[in-house]
Amino acid sequence: MKFLCIECDAQMQFEERQVPGDGTFAAAFRCPTCNRAIALLANPMETQLVGSLGVKIGGRTLEEEPMELVRSTVIGRDDAFEDIQPAQTTNRPRWTAEARERLERVPGFVRGMVKKIYSEYAAEHGIAEITPEVMDVARTDLGLEGM
Amino acid sequence: MSFRTYNEVAGEDRSQLGEQVGAQRQRVRDRLRTVKHVIAVMSGKGGVGKSYVTAGLALALAERDYRVGVLDADLSSPTVARMLDAGGPLRIDGEGVHPARAGSGMRDAAATGVPAFRLPLPSSLVVFSSDLLLADGAPLKWKEPGTEQFIWRSVLETGALREFLSDVAWGELDALLIDLPPGSDKLADLAQLVPELTGAIAVTIPSEESRRSVERAMRSAISAGVKLLGVIENMSGYECAGCGRIDRLFEGNAGDSLTAEFGVPLLARLPFRASVSLRPPELDDAIIAAIISSIALPSPSAV
Repeated sequence: MKFLCIECDAQMQFEERQVPGDGTFAAAFRCPTCNRAIALLANPMETQLVGSLGVKIGGRTLEEEPMELVRSTVIGRDDAFEDIQPAQTTNRPRWTAEARERLERVPGFVRGMVKKIYSEYAAEHGIAEITPEVMDVARTDLGLEGM
Repeated sequence: MSFRTYNEVAGEDRSQLGEQVGAQRQRVRDRLRTVKHVIAVMSGKGGVGKSYVTAGLALALAERDYRVGVLDADLSSPTVARMLDAGGPLRIDGEGVHPARAGSGMRDAAATGVPAFRLPLPSSLVVFSSDLLLADGAPLKWKEPGTEQFIWRSVLETGALREFLSDVAWGELDALLIDLPPGSDKLADLAQLVPELTGAIAVTIPSEESRRSVERAMRSAISAGVKLLGVIENMSGYECAGCGRIDRLFEGNAGDSLTAEFGVPLLARLPFRASVSLRPPELDDAIIAAIISSIALPSPSAV
C-alpha cells in the first residue's frame, strides 16, 4: 500500500499508526514535499480483515510475540498460558495484547523509547507482564503523564 | 485526473504486507527444521475416527522410541489432547509456546469423566490443541467484531494453524502428526503452509458413503501435490467385548476400494470397540513397521 500526493506527484511517507481501542485503525501519512498529512481510517471490519492475516499496516514496529494472533483473537481460558520468560530465561517482560495496542498509539518516533522505559520499569519491579494497568502505575511513578 | 499507480511509484511500500506474510511462512519453515516428517491424518468425512487413529498411531510410534508430536488442527472440535491426557497451562519462554506432554493430565478431566487412553503415556509424546486454550465445554469463539464473522473466520483459522506450527517449540521430532478436521480443503491449506509435508494418511470407515467422501479428499490431496501414504480403515467390524469375535459393522469395503484406486497401501484395519481406553492392538509391530516404511521414517537410533 502506497499513498501518493497527486498535487506534488510525491509518495507520502508513513508517520504513525493509531489503534483507538474501538476496533478501528488509523494510519497517518505525510507528503514530504508540501507537508500535507492525511489519515487512513479503517472501519472495524477492515481492521479485522487485516488483523486476521497477522500483519501490520505501516510495517511491524514491535517484535512478534509467540502466538500473537491466537492470544489476541481467541476467547480462551485466562490461565491457558504460563509465561516463564522473565524469571527463567531472559529479563524481558511480556506485553499483553492490550498493552501492545496502547503502545501502538504512541507516536512512532518515540515508541521505541517509551517501550524501553516501561520494560525497564517492569524489570526493576519484578513485573513479568506489562498490562495497561502496569503502564498507568509506571506512568505515575515515573512522572510520565501523557506517554 | 492523471496520477501514477502502485508500480509506477518506485518508493518503498513500508507496510510490506507481502513480506510480512513471507516472514510468517519462513517462521513455519524455521520451526519445522527440527522435525523429520510432517504427516497429515485426514478424511473427507467426519466421524470416521481420525483423532482416535492419530492418537493411536502417535502412541504406537512413541512406544517404539520415536519422538512424536501431535498437532490437533481441528480447532472447533478438538479431541486429541483429551485422548492423550495432555493438559496445560502452556509454558511460554524465549523458544516459544511449549507443547503439552501426554499423560500430564487434562485439567477438567475429572469433571467431565471423558476417558483418555488409560495407559502409561510416554511423556516424550507432545501435543498441541486448541483444547488447551479453551475452558472445558466452551466453543471456539473469536473476539469482536461479532458480525459478518464468516468473512474472516477461515482466515483466522488458517492464521491460528500457522501459529500452532511456527510458535510451538516442537523441538527435535521424528514425526509430527497433524490431525486435520473433516473436509477436503484443509489439507490444501496445510500443504501451502508446510511445503515439506511428507504426506497424508487417509482414514475411512468401510461404508460407500465414506469411500466417496474420502475419495474426494484423496483427489484433493493429489491436486495439492501431497503424497498419499496409505489408508487406514477404522470401524472395520465390531469387536464383541465378551468373546472378542469381530462382526461386520458397516456394509462396504472402502479401504480396499480406495487403496486399489489410488495404488497406495492399506496400512491397517481397526475394529470398533466400545471403549477407547486401550490403544488399538492392531497397531502391532508389523503394522507399525509397514507405516514406518511407507513414510520412510528412519529408526530412532539413526536420528
